[in-house]
Order: sequence, then structure tokens, then C-alpha cells
Amino acid sequence: MTGGDDSDRQAGDPHALGGGGGDLGRRPGHWISDEPWDAETDLQALDRKDLDASTTTLIWRRFKRNKLAVLSGLFLLIMYLMLPVAGFFAPYHPQARNTDAIYAPPQEIDIFTAGHFLVTYPTVSEIDMATFQPKFTADYDDPRPLRWLTSCGDPWSFLGLGETAFRLICPPEGSDLYLIGADRLGRDIFSRLLHGAQLSLTVGLIGVTISFGIGMVLGGFAGYFGGWLDAAVQRSIEIIRSMPELPIWLALSAAIPANWGPVAVFFMISVILGLLDWPGLARAVRSKFLSLREEDYVRAAELMGASTTRIVGSHMMPNFMSHLVASATLSIPTMILGETALSLLGLGLRPPAVSWGLMLNDALDLTAVEIYPWLLAPMIPVILVVLAFNFLGDGLRDALDPYS
Amino acid sequence: MASDRAMRTETRASGRAEDGASTPLLDVRGLGVRFGDRRTGMEVVSGVDFHLMRGETLAIVGESGSGKTVSGKALLRILPKGASVSAGTAMFAGRDGRPPRDLLALSRSDMRAVRGGSISMIFQEPMSSLSPLHTIGDQTAEAVRLHTDLRGAAVRDRCLEVFDQVGFPDPARAYDAYPFELSGGLRQRAMIAMALVCGPDLMIADEPTTALDVTTQAQVLDLIKRLQKDMGLAVILVTHDLGVVANMADRVVVMRKGRVVETGTTEDILERPGHGYTRALIAAAPELPVGKPVHHGGVPDPIFWARNLSKTYAGRRSGIGAAAPEIKAVRNVELAVGRGETMAVVGESGSGKSTIAKLMLRAEEPDAGAEVGFKGADGEVLDVTALSGAALKAFRARVQIVFQDPYASLSPRMAVMDILTEPLRVHGKGGDRERRERAAEMMRKVGLSPEHLSRFPHAFSGGQRQRISIARALMLEPELLVCDEPTSALDVSVQAQVLALLKELRDEMGLSYLFISHDLTVVADLADRVAVMRRGRIVEEGPATLLFENPQHPYTRALIAASPEPDLSRRLDLAAVARGAGEPETWPEPFAYSGDQAPGLVEVAPGHFVRCAA
Repeated sequence: MTGGDDSDRQAGDPHALGGGGGDLGRRPGHWISDEPWDAETDLQALDRKDLDASTTTLIWRRFKRNKLAVLSGLFLLIMYLMLPVAGFFAPYHPQARNTDAIYAPPQEIDIFTAGHFLVTYPTVSEIDMATFQPKFTADYDDPRPLRWLTSCGDPWSFLGLGETAFRLICPPEGSDLYLIGADRLGRDIFSRLLHGAQLSLTVGLIGVTISFGIGMVLGGFAGYFGGWLDAAVQRSIEIIRSMPELPIWLALSAAIPANWGPVAVFFMISVILGLLDWPGLARAVRSKFLSLREEDYVRAAELMGASTTRIVGSHMMPNFMSHLVASATLSIPTMILGETALSLLGLGLRPPAVSWGLMLNDALDLTAVEIYPWLLAPMIPVILVVLAFNFLGDGLRDALDPYS
Repeated sequence: MASDRAMRTETRASGRAEDGASTPLLDVRGLGVRFGDRRTGMEVVSGVDFHLMRGETLAIVGESGSGKTVSGKALLRILPKGASVSAGTAMFAGRDGRPPRDLLALSRSDMRAVRGGSISMIFQEPMSSLSPLHTIGDQTAEAVRLHTDLRGAAVRDRCLEVFDQVGFPDPARAYDAYPFELSGGLRQRAMIAMALVCGPDLMIADEPTTALDVTTQAQVLDLIKRLQKDMGLAVILVTHDLGVVANMADRVVVMRKGRVVETGTTEDILERPGHGYTRALIAAAPELPVGKPVHHGGVPDPIFWARNLSKTYAGRRSGIGAAAPEIKAVRNVELAVGRGETMAVVGESGSGKSTIAKLMLRAEEPDAGAEVGFKGADGEVLDVTALSGAALKAFRARVQIVFQDPYASLSPRMAVMDILTEPLRVHGKGGDRERRERAAEMMRKVGLSPEHLSRFPHAFSGGQRQRISIARALMLEPELLVCDEPTSALDVSVQAQVLALLKELRDEMGLSYLFISHDLTVVADLADRVAVMRRGRIVEEGPATLLFENPQHPYTRALIAASPEPDLSRRLDLAAVARGAGEPETWPEPFAYSGDQAPGLVEVAPGHFVRCAA
């Protein structure tokens, strides 16, 4: 198909490519670029300069591009850093009752009044004899400034190490400070939200640690050894997955002895949530193990004579840990919601513990929505935290494969 | 340059007005493709000019990253996400007699009518281009209904006619078959049938045979050529293989890094290449040796050998109780690697060649009765099948492996330094400093700068990574290297460099190689002995020169005949391919056998064995 007649046609073709550089003496249609070329330069040149960094750096670089995930991460970081010093930010002790402030609505705060910065007004409550609802009236002629960085109220404890009554904000002298209102015992909802975060946010971490541990061990064994062990783990995963989640939670929580202290109950709730959550992680670990086993670099390590510990520890683990961190991040919100649901139903944490679910437990009836809507305030942090974890997890997952 | 181009375009335009008969079917000018947006994007193709006459085959040749595939896809405007045509025109003069239209400026609906109608495309991977849930017939008929007025039974008739043309043995059965029921070659035929069923003017074939075995490739190439002649079809053949070009193309466009390097007739390019890059590409294309001195004889001093090596895999159960037949991947293989020599095992996919390497390295356990021996430089003979614990670990240090895929064989989490020093750490050899020095020395030996030691594998190209893999394999100073298709994932020019490196290292370090490949031409230069495998058995084995000069077995002859070479005087010999490429039952006497009734190996010359009835 190439041959004499072919070149004839080429020669007579007015559309043949002519011109170009360096083709003097060549036949028409034979065009040669005058771009230089050197075989040696290709050998040392890096192919992808942009990928020349450790995986962690590359993942971080890509993660940073997702603004929403970074923002969520920051939000969660601030939340968790605040947990041990929640008492410092809360104007009241979570159990401090004030019979004059039962169902007090969020209080008015003025930014500049009478030469003071941030003032409140003393509020008097009286029962409206027609509706039997407390009625609050503020005395606007008597502005009182908030007190900053001083001691007031009942002391709070810092990680059980010591107690202090030193706070960021204190209510003004002779007045109250209910930023988002008070509950049916006259306790400050804002302070209780901050203290409730301590339990509500850690329940997820403890639960995920437990499910992570179980999932890693069982999934790892199933994936690495295969055979009957794999089959057994797989079947138990399927059984656990097929059980309805909420009734199991309920049954297990109801089995916690009623005379246990709040801390023990809290711990048991975390354990229960963790025990029921591991199948997802175990599956992820198992499938990662199975696919990594087939990777050439793992086989290369095997054929190098490396021990199983080394293969798993330095070749497989680093390559799937990041995936697991992402899946774990995505399963924390389930646990937080689980705790909230259990406490709401009265089967989770018990008073005097404070958690977001328990606070919502006060808002179980219609009056809350109708007359005291501020009792529903704990829903907002729950929603924010769950969303933040989801955004963060999604961002991590998307950043995991930085090589494209 | 710009004014030059403007002038050329002008003369072309006037030529077109005078002479309508020689209007190109497709005339591409200054095609540019960009990834990303206008500001930060990267130009991956720029200033590409070519044209194509009716009934002509134009080959776009280039290595990975040359922009050849993107150029082909840009014509049909099926670019991947993020890519867009940034410049140029592509005037296409369809058969309908209308004036040429610019494909790059057509409306979406006009473009849809062109795709699959007057221009069709076939892709590299036939399985992923066919819908697994529809029969071949359904998928082909859909194209007919979309682009023609045929309806009802006429559609089916048209499909069957094309199926017959592309060489389906039973068109009616193919019509009702699902893609997974067909072999790779038949799937590619189905793709071609779908591309041709609407009678297009132009077919763009993107690496149409790269995923196929050589013998199947030869048949598919022949089919495309025959159909093209019958239907007056123009073909744009996108390929990296100059051998395929030599057998198929009328004219060639050579591309590198998104630019055209050289254009001309196939004859011009292959016999009078003008650009240094084209010359290097042609020089890199592997060729079968001609007229080398012939060596006779067996393996005098084997270092690594196997006898009675078999591997049977249990069949996957297809339903409750129904046990599938077991798969015999390797059957009674006997082979030996000579000290300081290269033993090549060649076979197509599924021949069991890689399994042999795994069995001999104890990555998998062979069936009972196998014997694998290793005799190191110290003269001690090891029974490899019986090794365990520390003895096995010591053996691993003496026999190392280089894998096929350089992208998968280096852990993405480790820096090159860690990758290279790991074998020493595993075997507890040397101190920290010695290990680092040895890694630097090894980098220099494989042609890379020791400065790259702190980098991570993903920064390197495929060829550089394969060099790192080789360096890792050599860190423990092994006596034997198993190379499992070490170059099949690389570009041709890189392949030539890596093969040269392997040869140099072998001679310098006194290594012996067991070299697995699917391509006879790749091993031609390196191998001292070659074993050809088919369906788990060695069908012919002997000294390389003897085997290439005087192949005895029809399958070996088919492999040699099917290897495309960038040499216009050595075309594919399809008669020889047809004789030997089929199943063992179809081979001529005395080579034919069926099932387990294989004849033994007969020594036809000293050290040259052929499987045939004595």
C-alpha cells in the first residue's frame, strides 16, 4: 500500500504538507520539524515534579484545596480543644439552679449603653395568673455591665486536677446572664450546652476507638489469613448488620444497672456504640488487605524475604491507614447521634450527667416547641458537629488518592 | 513561522478551488488541546496539522504523553473531562457531497450525527467499550437505528451482513451473544462491526490491537486492512507500534510531547527518517535477528532449573454443588537457566509463563512431585521446594525479581532511599551508612542520579521507576534475576534503554536471567535460550539463534510471523499465523493433540526440542 504509485500521488497532491524546517532535498509531503531533540535529557528529568513529596504532604496539599473540609476541621478542633476548659467559658455551673429563672427566655444584651460595653438588665419574674406561665420583665433603666475574667458561682473542675471559680464571663452584680435562656429548673442552657459537649463529643471518640480496634483486628485477620477465619468474620458481620440497630441499643442500654454512676454509664454507652459499629470498619480493613496483598510492592517484599510483621507493618498499614481514618471520621457522627437518641429516650446517660441528648429529653413535649423553643437549642450543636464530621470525612476521603 | 503557515494555508485554499477531486476527506490545521482553564491550563497538544485522503490510512505514532490519543479524540469532540480544544480547524468532507464542515465548530446535534455515522471510532480495550448487559446484536442495531432509515428486520439483516464481513464464524449466534461470551479477538471484531455498520467515511482506531495477543493482533490488523479496501474507508490509526505502522499505514505523523515531529509517507518515515527522534524510535523498535551465528547445544552449567513443574488451580464453583473443572495452568514443565545466561520464556496471555516464575520463586506452591533446584556460585545445590525458614530467606537474597508494572511495584509511601535499603534491612546486612552508600552506588549503576534518593516514586516516569525496581532487586547482590515482563508497560524507546541496561548489568555483574515475555522480538537480543509456551506447556525450546533461524513448531512460526516489524520488506505472514495460532487441535500433524494427550518433546538438533509426535 505504500510504494511507487503512492509517492506519485503525494507529489501531485496540492494539499501535501510542505515547508517546515530542515527538509531541503526531501520529497514533497515529507515534513520534518526543526525542534531539537536529545535522548539524554529525558533520562534524568523528573516526570511529575508536582508529585515529588511524601504521601502525607500530597494528601495535606489536596485536602487544603477543599475549603469546606478545612473549615469543618478547624471548627471541630476548636470544639475539642474547648472541652477540658468548658467551665471557663460557661458563666454558670451546669447544675446551678435559680428558682427565679425557671423557663427564663434568652436575655437581652446591649452592646453599648450608658458608657458600658455589653450590658444586661435585671429581670424580675412573676407568674401570670391567667396562663400560669412565668412572665419576665426587664428593668431597662438599670443597665449592668458583664464582668470579665473573674471568679463567680460554683467552682468547675479542670480534668479532675483542681477546682476554680475563675471564668471568662460572669453575670453582672445583682443580675443574671441567660444567653439562650434557662430550663425548667432555672439552669443556664448555654452553660449546660458547653458542659454537655464534654460527654456528647467524647462518646464518639471512645466508641470509634473501640470499633476501630475490633475492626482492625478482625478485618486484618480475615483479610490476611483468609479461609475459615475470613468466612467466620464475614458471617458475623452479616448477622450484626442484619440486626435492627435501635432496638439493640435500647436493649443493651436498658441492661446497664440503674445504680451505676454517671461516668460508668457513660463509658458503657460508648462501649455499646463501639461494639455495634465495627462491622463497617472491619469490612473496609478486610477489603483493603485483600487488594493490597495483590500489589506488586507487597509481593516484592515477600520475595525479598521480609517477615509478615514487616510486610503488614511497613508496607500494608501505611497504605491503608489513611483510608481507615477517613472511614472512622465518617462513623463518629453516627455515634454522636446514637448517644443523643439514647439519652433522649431516657435510656442513655442519666442525670446529673449533662449531655446534649439529655438536654433534649427536657424538650420532649409540645409545650417546649410552643412556649419555650429555646429548650431545643442543643439541636444546633448536634447538627453542626455531625455536618462538620461529614464534611471533614468527605474531604479526607477525596484527598486520599493524591496521585491523579 | 506564523506568516509561513498563513502562506501555506493560502496556497492550499487556492488549490482546493481549482481541484475539487483531490479535496482531502479530513484536513486538520493547527489543532490545539488544553487541559484546565485558559489561565492555568496546560497545552497538551498544539499546532498539529495533518490531512487524510479518501480511502487512505494515516498513522499517528507517538509514545505515552505525545498527545496522539487526545488528538484523535478531539476530532470527535469526546475529550476527557477538563480538556478542551483550544485552537485549530478540522474540515471534514463527508460522502454526502456537502462542502467540508469544521468538526470542531459543529453544533452538538450535528456532531452526534457525525459520531458513529460518517466517522466512527474503535478503542483499545474492547471489553470496557461494550455494554455487558446488552447483546452484541442489540448494541450494533442501535447504531443502525440511530444513523440510518432502516427499521425492523432490515436492521438485523444489515448487522448480520457486517458480522459476516468482520469474520464472525456464525453471525446469527454472535448477534445474540453477550460480550463476556466472546474472546478478546472476537470482541474487537464486534467493536469493528459496530464501527462499520453505518458505512462511515472515516474510522479512528485508537490502539486497536494493543490489548490483544500478537497472533490475534495480526488477524485483526489484516481484517481492518481488508475492510478498508472493500469499503473505501479512510482510517486514522493511533498507535505506539512502528511495526503496526509498517504493515498498515500509507502516511505517518510522528508526535512527541503534543507536537508533530515529522510527517511523510510510510516509506519516507521508515526508510529515510529525518528527525533525530524518529530515528531513535525506529532504532528502538525490537526486531528479530537475521543472520546471527547459530549456536547449538544444551545448558552446560545450570544455575536454576525445574523439572516436572505443574500447577493446578481448583475451579471456581459456579453454583450449588456444581464443581467447575480444575485449571491446569502449568503442565510438566522442564527448563533450566544456564549460569551467566538468559533463559527467555515466551507465550501469550494464559500460557502459564508468569506462573512458572511464581512457582520457581516459591511465591506459590507447585503441585506435588515438582523439583526446583538452585546451584549457587558456592557450588551447593539447594532443593528449592523443600526450603523453609532461614534457608528460604537466604535463598530469596540470591534470586530476585523485577515486576511488570513499575507503577505498582514501588510502595507509594516510601522514599527511594527506603525502597532501596529495605532489602538490606530485611537481611540485616551492613550498617546504616553502608546501606546508604550502596543505594547511591546502585542508583548510579542503573543510570540515575543519587540525588534522586530522597524523592518519592510518583515523581518518576515509568522507565525511571523500572530502573529503581532493578536497583532494588540488585541491592542484595543476587546471582539470578527473574524479569517478569519488565518492559511491557514501557514505551518502545524506554524499553530499548531498559533492555540495554539489563544486558549491561548481566555482563558486568555476572548475573543470570529468567526472562518472561509475551513478545519474541523483545527477547531476541538478550536471550541465549528461548522456551515457547502455549496452554501451560512448552511447545518448543532451544538456543535463541537456532529457534529464530529455524523454528520448527507451527506455533513458534505463527508468533514470529505475527510480530510486526518496522521494516517494509518484512510484512506479516498471515498464512503462517493461521496455521499455528489456533488451539492445539488445529495444528498440522505431527504437532496436533487434544486435551491431555500431548506428545513429548523431541530433540531435533542438539539442545533444540519440539513438542511433536516422534
